[in-house]
Parts: sequence; structure tokens; C-alpha cells
Amino acid sequence: MTVRIVDRRFDSKNKSSVNRSRFIRRFKGQIRKAVAEAIGKRGIRDIERGEKIGIPGGDIAEPQFTHGPGGVRRSVNPGNDRFSTGDRIDRPPGAAGGQGGSGQASPEGESLDDFVFTLTRDEFLDIFFDELALPNLVKRQLARIDEYKRVRAGYTQSGVPTNINLGRTMRGAAGRRIAVGGPHAAQLRALEAELRELRETRPEDDPEVVRLRREIARLRARLEAIPFIDTFDLRYNNRIRVPQPTTQAVMFCLLDVSGSMDEARKSIAKRFFMLLYLFLNRNYEHIEVVFIRHHTVASEVDEEDFFTSRESGGTVVSSALELMRRIVAERFPSSLWNIYGAQASDGDNWNDDSPRCRELIESSILPCCQYFAYIEITEGEPQNLWREYEKLQAAHPGRFAMQRIGTPADIYPVFRDLFRQRLPEVS
Amino acid sequence: MRKRPPLPAGSEWSVEAIAAYDAEIGRVAAGYRLDGYRHQIEIISAEQMMDAYASIGMPVYYNHWSFGKHFLATENRYRRGQMGLAYEIVINSDPCIAYLMDENTLPMQALVIAHAAYGHNSFFKGNHLFKQWTSADAIIDYLVFARHYIAECEERHGVEAVERILDACHALLNVGVDRYKRSPKLSLSKETLRQKEREAYLQAQVNDLWRTLPPHLERAERHEEERFPPEPEENLLYFIEKNAPLLEPWQREVVRIVRKIGQYFYPQRQTQVMNEGWACFWHYTLLNTLYDEGALSDGFMLEFLQSHTNVVYQPPYHSPWYSGINPYALGFAMWRDLRRICETPDAEDRAWFPEIAGSDWRETFEFAMQNFKDESFIAQYLSPRLMREFRLFTVLDDDSRDKLEVEAIHDESGYRALRRQLAEQYDLGSREPNLQVWNVDLRGDRSLTLRHFPHQRRPLGDSHLAVLEHLACLWGFTVRIEEQTADGQGRLIAERKCEKRRRTGT
Repeated sequence: MTVRIVDRRFDSKNKSSVNRSRFIRRFKGQIRKAVAEAIGKRGIRDIERGEKIGIPGGDIAEPQFTHGPGGVRRSVNPGNDRFSTGDRIDRPPGAAGGQGGSGQASPEGESLDDFVFTLTRDEFLDIFFDELALPNLVKRQLARIDEYKRVRAGYTQSGVPTNINLGRTMRGAAGRRIAVGGPHAAQLRALEAELRELRETRPEDDPEVVRLRREIARLRARLEAIPFIDTFDLRYNNRIRVPQPTTQAVMFCLLDVSGSMDEARKSIAKRFFMLLYLFLNRNYEHIEVVFIRHHTVASEVDEEDFFTSRESGGTVVSSALELMRRIVAERFPSSLWNIYGAQASDGDNWNDDSPRCRELIESSILPCCQYFAYIEITEGEPQNLWREYEKLQAAHPGRFAMQRIGTPADIYPVFRDLFRQRLPEVS
Repeated sequence: MRKRPPLPAGSEWSVEAIAAYDAEIGRVAAGYRLDGYRHQIEIISAEQMMDAYASIGMPVYYNHWSFGKHFLATENRYRRGQMGLAYEIVINSDPCIAYLMDENTLPMQALVIAHAAYGHNSFFKGNHLFKQWTSADAIIDYLVFARHYIAECEERHGVEAVERILDACHALLNVGVDRYKRSPKLSLSKETLRQKEREAYLQAQVNDLWRTLPPHLERAERHEEERFPPEPEENLLYFIEKNAPLLEPWQREVVRIVRKIGQYFYPQRQTQVMNEGWACFWHYTLLNTLYDEGALSDGFMLEFLQSHTNVVYQPPYHSPWYSGINPYALGFAMWRDLRRICETPDAEDRAWFPEIAGSDWRETFEFAMQNFKDESFIAQYLSPRLMREFRLFTVLDDDSRDKLEVEAIHDESGYRALRRQLAEQYDLGSREPNLQVWNVDLRGDRSLTLRHFPHQRRPLGDSHLAVLEHLACLWGFTVRIEEQTADGQGRLIAERKCEKRRRTGT
């Protein structure tokens, strides 16, 4: 008797996916908070990874009746190396008759009591989008990985009825009818000519005429038996998936790091940059990100410095725009790169600098730029920079967008025009 | 000993190699008269192993968020490399199903086959608790029934409503088993047939609580002893299923399903040391026998022994890895020791175990395997030699004294105390709080009173408030917990008011 061995590796996987999504649904509040923290920690370009999330263990505990500390307990332990009967020992610190687990923090900063697990990319994006209040259609577009585009590629002989190409099919059918019926038709014409000739000399009931007529009738029947259209005449439009044209884009992130930009504002700015990155990532094969921060002078920095450092002092916005213009000119010729600009600021600027900003954008940045978006993270009155930019928006709708932002949910409208423009193309 | 042709070597496994190993291990097991169910080997991926893990190893299970939580936790630990996945999951069914994970090497697969398909399998078939409580041929059917039923309820009443009931039931799971009664057999057809009937009948029974006859005013004094239930009931879930006034029929059925499945797993919790030790003993013995016959290579044995020693290692109490006594270590050592007592007893063994010293070890093994659970197995068979080997000692922690006391160590005067103490440690009755349904105020507000009988003055843990919340959700009226004091009176320790008068369903 041999044992039965069943290979189940290719059976249904993800049996737990229902349970998993129920878990996430149930603790959405806590998970969302953890995701918000995680977004603070991760880089803009890492947005598409899954994420390790910790949520407070107490919230998700499954309670049971247990013994609490206290009372009389006896425990048997192995490995006695020093005790003999009757010894009295001090209680080990922290442990009152059991393991005293009081939330020690581990080096990674997540409390040991936290329940830690990994969200998949999809789950992570889902929660990220939730916060930004993205419309569903846009969410789907962003979350979908489609590097392919369906294009027409001639015709095939098989397919679904909706794809039948009538012109081709009928042309094929006509050709076939001519080809198949050709010899008969020629013979028919010859016989008819012969009949006409005979009829001039012979009566209708002459045996030769009768024979010819019978022959003609037979050929006609044969020609009529050739089907008008046959299954192998059918031609279908063929569509194949080809990779999207590979293009590259560069995204400039311009951030005001003057003293008035606090952590909360920076966090909103970061989400704004992330969303732009995510959107660009859908449309371009390769994306470069350039980080420019500025107060009175601008500098190009790496991502870490971009979000963490904080300077004090005044603000000269044009310094950043000037630097962007220079970098574009040096490294990103607009014939090879799609250029996107995203600027976040609290709206403070030297008064006489704002007109210069508008001029810079209008004359040297917008001409080579696909899109420039500006968000102002503030609750105060709009200042002169906003006023100047309003003029730009009026002059360049669809390429320049601006928005005042109080919460993350306000970010999306900045992209609305951009999405509207792109959506028909992607779908 | 007759030399046998060597079995396939190397670390890559193939289906043929597994079949060859299984045949050889089976032959040796038959030589030892090891009797199990027929078995079936299923090869699964790591991901599927985690799936199975999340639902307590069963191939079918109803859906619940807590299984998702376990899955995520397992996945996370596995990805981080903190935990090798279980070598094996074995399902107590007939035929017995043993899972092999495709990432394992060939020696590991052989180890798992010997451990699960022969070791655990024979334990499931032989041990009296499993025989009594679990019907191996019906469990899968019952789980299928449970899954369908709960999915149907979710469709009809919404996921959230079902989840609420399941949460509450899970919270009461370890006070939802019959500890002393025998269980009836489960079967899918019977279950489905009887379910409708039961629904109607139960509802009729419950309505007794709703009886609104005019109160007997003449009978002024009520007797304190008139309680419902007349005897305290230890199985809370059973009591709720039969008596909770506000539950709808489908909710009762869900309670019943959780209770039944909980009951099914109860023997596993009672026989962990014995069962794991038994399986370890047999994989060790079977593979060593094959090695002695010349069928296994030295490389195979080295890999096998490394895994084996990892599993049966017992860190001492002061080690950073110490987390109580390792059931694998204790069980394996006890079964080995038992064989030694039978085969080469010394004077001490003859004094302690006169009835088994020098007896046929296989017969003694069968007897011990069939008729004991952890508690009684340790009380019966833990030998002084093993206590010395483990260097066991007991520590008394009495919160009324400021120091811990070492009560007994592995010496002549301590053996019996040690053994008694260790056995008690495996008594589920003393590990978990003893709570019973004490009274339902039938004539008043229909409130339910549980009574906690403290063991060694141990109080209830803080989680009882959360559990009480769940209990109130099932019962629908006020619930409270009393603690039995030394003079036999109840002292109220927690109460959850619930004034819901909504009459649902009926």
C-alpha cells in the first residue's frame, strides 16, 4: 500500500484574505493613524511599497477570563543551580508572579506591546487614498499597474462577434466567390454564347439546344451553391497589448523651510508631493525627483534633509524658482524630459519678490513645464504671492494649478484638472 | 541487523523520495505495532501553511477577523525570520492529513512524516480523550457545515451582527467546554437535519423566561435557595445557547458552532505534553531504527538530530530564552524514561514503579498513551531520575509574604511534592479561573450571575470586564460576577448593567 501524496501548492492561496480584510476593516481607525505615522517616516519614492504597521495591542486583544496577579502560586522550574529546600528569595524585579510586561520601547521605536504586521501595497494605498478623499475612479487609475496599452494590430481570423470587421470580411467573401466560381462562370459564358449561336439556326426543341440549356442550368446551380459568405471569410479587428511608450519625467519639489513651516505643514506638503509622484509614476516609466528647499537662499538637497531640517529667517521664493530654472537648463532638456513642478509654502514672501516669481514662472518655467502646482498651507489671509499666482492661473489654465490647504483632503483638487485631462487617455 | 538499501539522500525532495521514505517509516512503525488512522500527505507552500496556521490548522473554517490577525502576526514574524514556520500541521481526521511545507529539505520532510503521520496520528487514534471528544471522521464535515452556516447568516443578517456574536463567543471559549461530561458524536447530515428542529424547540423552551403570569402576591417570602439553574453550570456557552432569552435562533446556532469546535480542541490542550512527547519519541525512534538498518546517511542524521535537539531543548530558569517548561522537552524525556524503566530498571525504578519496571515497554506505552492526560500522566510516571535530570524545583509565590520560597527541589524529600506540583500545573482546571453560572433572577430583572471560585486566592485578571461586556451582549440583560468568599457568600466584583427590553425576532 502506498501513501497518498497530494500536491496542494497550486490550490487556492490566500484562504485568509477574507479574514485579513476583515481585520483591516475592523481596525481601520487605528490602522489609519499608524499609516499616517508611517507616511511621515517613509520616502516619497517608497510610497508604492507595503508597509509594516504597528497598532496598539490592547485595542485588538481578544479577552478571556484569566487569573490576575496575586494569590498563592506555585511554579515548577527547571535548571536548579543554587537552591535548596526552604530558601527564601527576593521577588525578581518587575515580575509579580508572572511576566510583568509593561510596554518597554524597543530600539525601533515601536512599543513591544504593539501588534505589528505588514500591509500590502494595495492595502496601504487604499488607506492613503482614503485620507486624501480621492474619487474612486482616480483611485483605481492610480492603484492599477498597467504598463501596457492595447493597440490595433491588423486582423485575425478568430475573435468575438463585436470585433468583426465588415469591410474586410466582405472583401474576402467577394474574392472567394470570384476565385471559386471563376472557372464555372467562364464556362457558363461560353455555353451561353454557343446557345445564342445555335438558336439562330435551330428550333427550341433541338436536342443540342436542350442539352446546352440543361448544361447551363447545371452550371448556374453550381454557381449559386457557392455561399455568399463563409465562416473563413470572417475577419476580426485584432488588438494587442504593447508596452506604453517609455517616457521619463522629472519632478521638482519646492519647499519653503523658513521658520514658519512647522511639522504639521511639512507633513501636508509631503503628502502633496507623494500624490504627485504617484500620479506621475502611472504615466512615466522613469521618474527623477529633485528636491529644492529654500528660505532666503535655495539649495538642492536629498530627501532626508528636505523634510527634516528647519531653518529660520525670511523667505525669498524666487531663489528656488531660479535654481529650478538653472537645473532644468543644465540637466533636464525639455526635449527629453517631461517636467513637473510642485511648490509648497505657507505663503510668506518678501513683498517685492512676488512679482519676480510670477515673471520667472511665466517666462522661463511654464514654457518647458508640463504642469506646475502650488499649494499654500495656511489659515491666514492670502498674501501677495497668492495674488500674483492668481494672475498666472488665469493666464494658463490647465498648466498651472493652485490651492489653499488646511487638511490633507484639500490636496486632491490641485490635481483635478490634471486627472481630468489624463483619464480618457489612460482608460 | 539486515542491511537495507539506502533511501534517497540529498536535501532536495521529490514526490518519489517522499513516498519511499513514507513506505520505509511505515514499515518500521508497523514493526513497532504503531497503530494510526490511514494518512494522507499534502504538500503546501509557506503561504498556505500560514493560512492553515491562522485557522488553528484546520483546512476549512468560518471567517473571522481574529484569524486575520493571527495570519498577519504569523506572516510578520515569518518574514522577519523570527520564527521558522511549524514543521508540521497535522489534522486529527480520518484519514489523518499531514501537511509538508515545500520549503523544507528532504530530511525535514522525513522527520515530519515520522512525527505527524505516525506519531501524532497514533496518539489521536489511541488516546481516550480524543476517542471520547472528537470523532475524526466527522470533524471536516462539521467544519464545512459551520462555514456554510455562518456565511449564510452573514448574508442574511450582515457581517457585523455575526461578528458581534462570534466575538462574544470567542471571549467565552475557555469557559464554554464540558470538562467532565462525555460528548455526543458529530455528523454533518444529522447536524443539518436536527438544526431546524432544534431551533424551533429551543425557542419554545426559552419562552419560559418570558412567562408573564400574574405574580403570586400571597407568597411573600422568597426562598434564597430557589435558583435557576438549580445546579451551577460550568459551561457558559452551553447555558447561553439553551437559556439566553433574547437570542434569535440563528444566534443560538452560532453559539453552538463555536462551542462545539471549542470542545473539539479541548483534548489537545489537555494532552500537549503527552502528545508532543509521543510524536517526538516516535520520530526519534523510527528514524534511528532506519539509521541502524543502514537506510539513512550520516548527513541525513546530522540534519535530523539538529532539528530534533532544537525542538526538545529545555532552557534553564535563568536563561533569557526561558519561558516555562517546554512541553516537547518534558514529553520526549518522559516517554524515553518510561522505556528505560521498562527495559533497564534500577533499584530506584523498582521501588517507585513496581508494576511497570521490567515490563514489555510497548504494552506499557499503549496503556499510558491511551488512558492518561497530561496531569495524570505526570502524576503517574514522572520519575525521580528525570526530576534530577531537569533539576526541577518549585517556587512558592504567596502575595501575603514578601519573599518567594523554594518549597521542594530534586531530592529525596522533594520528589513527591515536585511531582504533585508539576501535575497540578497541567490541570486546566487550576490554570484557568473557575467560573460557573450561579443564578438567573427569573422573577426579577432576568439578570445573570456568575460565580468565581478562586483557586489559591487568585483573583480574576483585568480582562474580565471586557469579557463581561461580551457576555452582556449575548445575555441581553444585566450580568454580574461574584466571588465566592471563604464563608461561602458571594461578593460582587463586577457588574454590567443592561436594560435592553427590545424584543427581537420571536
